Amino acid sequence: MTTGLADAMTSHEVTYLEAISQALDEEMSRDERVFLMGEDIGAYGGAFKITEGFLQKYGDHRVLDTPLAESGIVGAAIGAAMMGLRPVVEMQFADFISCAFDQIIEVAAKNHYRWNAPVPMVIRAPFGGGVHGGPFHSECPEGWFFHSPGLKLVAPSTPYDAKGLLKAAIRDPNPVIYFEHKFLYRRIKAVLPTEDYIVPIGKAEVKRTGGTISVITYGAMVHLALEAATVLEKENIQLEVVDLRTLIPLDKETIYESVRKTSKAIMLHEDNKTGGIGAEIAALLAEDCFDSLDGPVLRVAAPDTPVPFSTPMEEFFLPKASDIVAAARMLAAY
Amino acid sequence: MDLSVVAKDITRTDLLHLYYYLQLTRTLENRITALYRQGRIVGGVYTSHGMEAIAVGYAFALQSQDVIAPYHRDMGAFLIRGITPGEVIAQYLGKRTGPTKGKDGNVHIGDLKRGVIGFVSHLADNLPVATGAALAFHIRGEPHVVVTNTGDGGTSRGDFHEAMNFAAVRKLPVVFFCNNNQYAYSTPVRNQMAVANVADRATGYGMPAEIVDGNDVAAVYLAARRAIQKARSGGGPTFLECKTMRMHGHSEHDPAKYVPQALLDEWKKKDPIVKAEAMLKTLGYADEAYFHDIEERVKKEVDAGVEWAEQSPLPDGRETLDGVFATEAEVAS
Repeated sequence: MTTGLADAMTSHEVTYLEAISQALDEEMSRDERVFLMGEDIGAYGGAFKITEGFLQKYGDHRVLDTPLAESGIVGAAIGAAMMGLRPVVEMQFADFISCAFDQIIEVAAKNHYRWNAPVPMVIRAPFGGGVHGGPFHSECPEGWFFHSPGLKLVAPSTPYDAKGLLKAAIRDPNPVIYFEHKFLYRRIKAVLPTEDYIVPIGKAEVKRTGGTISVITYGAMVHLALEAATVLEKENIQLEVVDLRTLIPLDKETIYESVRKTSKAIMLHEDNKTGGIGAEIAALLAEDCFDSLDGPVLRVAAPDTPVPFSTPMEEFFLPKASDIVAAARMLAAY
Repeated sequence: MDLSVVAKDITRTDLLHLYYYLQLTRTLENRITALYRQGRIVGGVYTSHGMEAIAVGYAFALQSQDVIAPYHRDMGAFLIRGITPGEVIAQYLGKRTGPTKGKDGNVHIGDLKRGVIGFVSHLADNLPVATGAALAFHIRGEPHVVVTNTGDGGTSRGDFHEAMNFAAVRKLPVVFFCNNNQYAYSTPVRNQMAVANVADRATGYGMPAEIVDGNDVAAVYLAARRAIQKARSGGGPTFLECKTMRMHGHSEHDPAKYVPQALLDEWKKKDPIVKAEAMLKTLGYADEAYFHDIEERVKKEVDAGVEWAEQSPLPDGRETLDGVFATEAEVAS
């Protein structure tokens, strides 16, 4: 199989997955403080093969296969980060991050606030459904961390953003959870710049401009929104797709600018509906953009259930382009 | 502890320093308790009363670039690492001059410049963190050691297991202390674990362990020194169970009526300061007049600390909003 490692510095198309590998490889080459920890990331190259070849290239002092113990791994990364290293931890699946919740929330997130000790580390969390993973290999756990001050959260939707945001996360002086969407790993490709670049944390991007309705989303849902936009274009409903890219700190300016232009907003996420990021953005729009709104702020999100396994159930669970189309038609009528 | 071994392995100067830190710890914590009873300190007060020898013993065995990840009964370790009595009181009073500038209270003291990793209330959380600090030394090939500590109760947590296991697998330069003071809040050790000694837990990780008299500062110091030297020279981690007794409540609000009086009476005779004084007298290193001088000296130091802390400013309420995130400049070096 082809990995990002082999493809670094070439100019042909790379997948989202290869973009992540390239970012890790380039940052490890650039900065000897960067090292990797995780389950099965060494000889096996990781459950998704993102670190294939890294053990041979960087050795077992910088590519550490760990015991199966997420709390211990994250705790150790925190300690190493405080001593001046730049650990990048791989959660085999984002779902397993619940085992490390305490270390992330109580230690990593509060450390600098409490006693001024920076914790520059990255936790890579392969998240999201559509891959027949069932309740423990499909979760979108970003909402848990969205409510916890001290963490930065990013969730790229394209190979360009995947690479640039991971590099920015590794260089950031704070703990960053990097939500990489498993559904996108091998499904999208792009030609990336050959020179070093980052995508700054805290900057959303309008992935499609349109004047009728703002769809505010992130991760794999960006592509769903773009698909819905193509359908709605024929009906003269122009969606503007705002890709948050960073969830914390939220780029309110870009969100507000879009909504003040379109006067209508749909929040779209794959995470459960209740208490999700869409709810927070809806509240922000009510507080700060009320005068600009010409209709209710809508949410298209997964129902409040675990992610089911069986194909018809998972298809029912995941937001679909048709859900966005229906919501947009309803909202456009206001 | 065999005094001929003490005489051979520890210098008189070091023993007198150990004694000084025992007294400074006791006097400072007694003052904190008094301030709490007067209502001048709000929030929890956690002391190492009767257990001072553990933190004093292990911290004294460390070198300047080593790191500690202490728990809440390790006052002596803070003092040895250079946190002053004034800073400790300022922390308890929520003053801006405390190590956390009012953001956190009591013994949640951290300062990387002095090699102190801040304590987290969730017991055993600092054990994986200590393991990670040791991992950084291991990766960089630096000859530094990390010492961490937790109570008997803390060893029931998964983080204890995960840290011990990881440290043993990677042979990391970390020494795990356990202050077995027989009670985790109100829960006696027999309801905490089915093994006879906490040290028995280490076997499951393939980690060498020792049981130490936690009220004998010379014994703790020598055991710490051996384990630290072993870790420094690449020999991997060690687990040291220090047997002791918590002579006060979990926190100063807790009268600890669940602890049998006979047990406290028995352990009062083994008080670490009384023990240290007997040892120093038998070795001919010090006499009552010396002990009295040290008591006066540490009282003055604590008085000065209280005065400085009380005169220090409180933070402004708006400082609540500062410091959630670190800046680039802080990690630039």
